[in-house]
Parts: sequence; C-alpha cells; structure tokens
Amino acid sequence: MLQGHQSWRFDQQPVILSAASVVGPDECEGPIAEDFDIGHGDLMVGQKSWEQAEKKLLEEAATLALERVHLSKENIQFFIGGDLMNQIISSGFTARTLGIPYFGVFGACSTSMESLALAAQFVNSGSAKYAMAGTCSHNCTSEKQFRYPTEYGSQKPPTAQYTVTGAGVAIVAAEGDGPVITRATIGRVIDMGITDPFNMGAAMAPAAVDTIQAHFRDFRIEPGYYDLIVTGDLGRVGYDIANALFDKHNFPITQTNYYDCGLMIYDLNKQTFVNSGGSGCACSATVTYGHLLKRLKKGDLNRILVVATGALFSPISFQQGESIPCIAHAVAIENRGSAS
Amino acid sequence: MREFTKSKQKKVTAVQLEYQTLAKSLEPPRPVLRNCYRAFIAGGAICFLGEALMKMFQTYFGFTEQTAGNPTVAVLILLSAILTSLGVYDKLAQWAGAGSAVPVTGFANSLCSAAIEHKREGLVLGTGGNMFKLAGSVIVFGTVAAFAVGMIHWIIGIKG
Repeated sequence: MLQGHQSWRFDQQPVILSAASVVGPDECEGPIAEDFDIGHGDLMVGQKSWEQAEKKLLEEAATLALERVHLSKENIQFFIGGDLMNQIISSGFTARTLGIPYFGVFGACSTSMESLALAAQFVNSGSAKYAMAGTCSHNCTSEKQFRYPTEYGSQKPPTAQYTVTGAGVAIVAAEGDGPVITRATIGRVIDMGITDPFNMGAAMAPAAVDTIQAHFRDFRIEPGYYDLIVTGDLGRVGYDIANALFDKHNFPITQTNYYDCGLMIYDLNKQTFVNSGGSGCACSATVTYGHLLKRLKKGDLNRILVVATGALFSPISFQQGESIPCIAHAVAIENRGSAS
Repeated sequence: MREFTKSKQKKVTAVQLEYQTLAKSLEPPRPVLRNCYRAFIAGGAICFLGEALMKMFQTYFGFTEQTAGNPTVAVLILLSAILTSLGVYDKLAQWAGAGSAVPVTGFANSLCSAAIEHKREGLVLGTGGNMFKLAGSVIVFGTVAAFAVGMIHWIIGIKG
C-alpha cells in the first residue's frame, strides 16, 4: 500500500521464509565469514569462465534457499533477479536453470533491495504465494567489464572499491516462520556530477541519504525506531560523506546505529587491497541474507533498514564523460514480535 | 539557447558544486609523493635489470651496443608475460604504479593481460580481437609521435 510519496507499507507482513548466501575466497577471510552459508576457495568455482562462475554462485544460493525450507522450484511463482553483467546474463541464465517465471531487474548494486521490495510487494498484494529475490556479482567479471583486464597492472586510488564475489537469495512467502518485511522506499535517481568510476562511494552517498530521509518522511518515524540502518556499498569514503550529509541536513542518524555493508564484509586494515571497502550487488545481498538475518534470528537485532545503493553507469557512459547517476532502495525487515 | 545546449554537458549546478566540495574534503588524496618515490625505485630497478642484461649480451654473446637492445627487450617482455600469467604483475603494479607501467614490461603486461582475459571468447574474436585493447593506443600514438619527431629531424637535418 502506498505510503507518502515513494514508499510501500506491507500490511500483510510478507515473511522472509528462507535465505542463502554464497561467497568467494576474499569474503571467507573477512570478519563475518562464518555467517555465510557456502564459501568457495576458488574464484572459478570449478567452472570454465568467470561469467559461468558468477552464474554458478547464484544457482547455488537459489538451490540452498529452496532446500532449507523443503520447497521445490515449482512452488515458487516468480523469481526476481538482476546482476551487473551486460544484459543481466547471470540472472537470466540462472532463471533458465530454475525454470521459475522470471522478472529481470537492473538497479546495479541496489538490485538486492529492489528485487526484495518487489518480491514483498508481489506477496503482499496476493500476486504470489512464494517469490524469490536474488542477485550476484563476481570480482573478476566486474573488473573485466567495467575496468581493466584483471591481470593488468593499474594502480588503484584509495577511493576505489572491491567488487564482492558472491550471491544472495531470499524466498518471500505469505506465511511461515521468519522475519517480516514491513516497509520499502523506492529511491529517486540522484546525480551529483561525480564522474570518477574509482570513487563510487562519493557518487552514491547522496542517493542513499535521499532515500533514507524519504523513508522517515513518508512513514513519519524517527531513525531510533530501527536497531540498525545499513547502506549497501558506500565504502569508507561514501560512509564518511553520508554521515557528513546527515549532519548537514540535521538528520538525527545518531539515534540509531548506522553502518555500511561494504565496511562489514572485509577487514579494511588487513585486506588492504579492498581500498575503500566492498561493492557490487552481492555486497549488500550477502551481508543482509547471511549476516544480518542471522543476527535478527538471534534476537541481537529486531528492526533493521537495509538501503542498497547502486550506480547506474556503463563503461561507455563514463568514457563519454557522463557523470554517474545513482539510486538507493530501502527495505525494512523486522522480527515478527517487534513489528508494529 | 544554443549557448545552453553547448554548455549543458559541463554545467554543474550550485548544489552539485557544493556537494563536490564537501565530498572532496572527505576523500583520502592519492599519495602522490609516495607513488613518485615507489615509481622511481621500481622503474629504476627494471631499467637497471635491462642495463645489466644489455651488458651481458655485449660481454658474453658478442652483441654490439646497437644490437644488444633487441635480445634485452625480448627477455624483459618474456619476464613480464610470465609474471602476468602467474598473477604477480598486477600486485607489483599496485605498489609500483608508473614504475611498472612505463617500461616495456608494462606494455607487455597490457598485451598479455588482455590476451588472457579474453581467451574464453575464442582464439580469433577473444584473444586476437582484444589483445591490443589497451596496447592499441600506445602503438597508434607511438607511431604518430615517431612520425612527428621524424619530420622535425628531417627538416632540421636539411637545414643543418
């Protein structure tokens, strides 16, 4: 149900029945490695190419999410997926394997929450009993498509980020056990004229701040309502800028804990090659579906707001000197008892 | 109106400008001094190796000062290709920066890395078609620059 200008309130309280996260070798070295369901030591995941490896990660996450709740793919009405590859091939190919009616979406790294918000909306409106939302990214496929060949020796600046290798899938259902999705805010595209693709944090921070402020305006609640607010992949640079923007707008973010998935997935002091932090579709997806849902289950957290951020540019657009338009989508996940 | 369309692409609004100033103040700057120092060490080391190879070819293999350049470059290219294939060169480059990019080893790395990267797309369209993706511009502008320098040399040569 529409709430305010750009938000949905889910009165039927769709449930995240099951979720799964799969990651690569560098994420297994990170501080939250134990929360991921499958960790691969090999970037190729036993496949012949990195593109196949990325697809395999998503397939594994989808299969595991189904197995966990003893559902078969025939039970799922719709699969909503997206990724960073040209023509979102990883999701399309995974949908081919799954054989579930499929919606391909693209929101760059915001795809995780874009697909989850849509899945929740489908279930809430009665359009589906079970909907699956999933996304994936791979460090090497992203390097290949957006930057230089992976073995090319180019020096990265300290503002650069490191694409997470992994996949995250959630199954949203009308009823069952699990945390419920209560709200979502769909972001506007914000472009502050940043043109440097090695500085995505600075490009995306204003979009995250805009969506967060819109969320609290639309629902007329205070940030303190949530135990934790996380942004998707702003990294160290974008996180600092977002905090500065909240401060500048007199937005009371300090009422709650605010953090960023790109800072949680790696140990920035030890894994210095990640520079400013993690990025990619899988960054917010694996941290949310792996780490955060487990903390909700433990009761360590009760109400969280995940704000996945995405940069809607292509290698051609930045070579032509265009700035980087960015977007952020917010989804609120709560333990059933605490939902109001 | 024409003025507007012309300047549209570069036009930055006051809000964007204000934001960019704020963002700039919070971004860690590129460590330029450290990069220069490391580039000097790494670039110097590669050139020292080249010089040593050249002396070796002259002393032990009977090459002259003019001809020793060819086998030297071949060895450096081979070394760079091996290090690229082993996945070492890009890690070295993150430390060395321009120091490993400017010498001939950097050129070999750009060719080799692109060739490996696109191997899966086939020998012709993948490796062949993409090998010069990065090195192509070096060759094009290298040739153009060589032509310009050659012309200058020719003109001065006539006058002198």
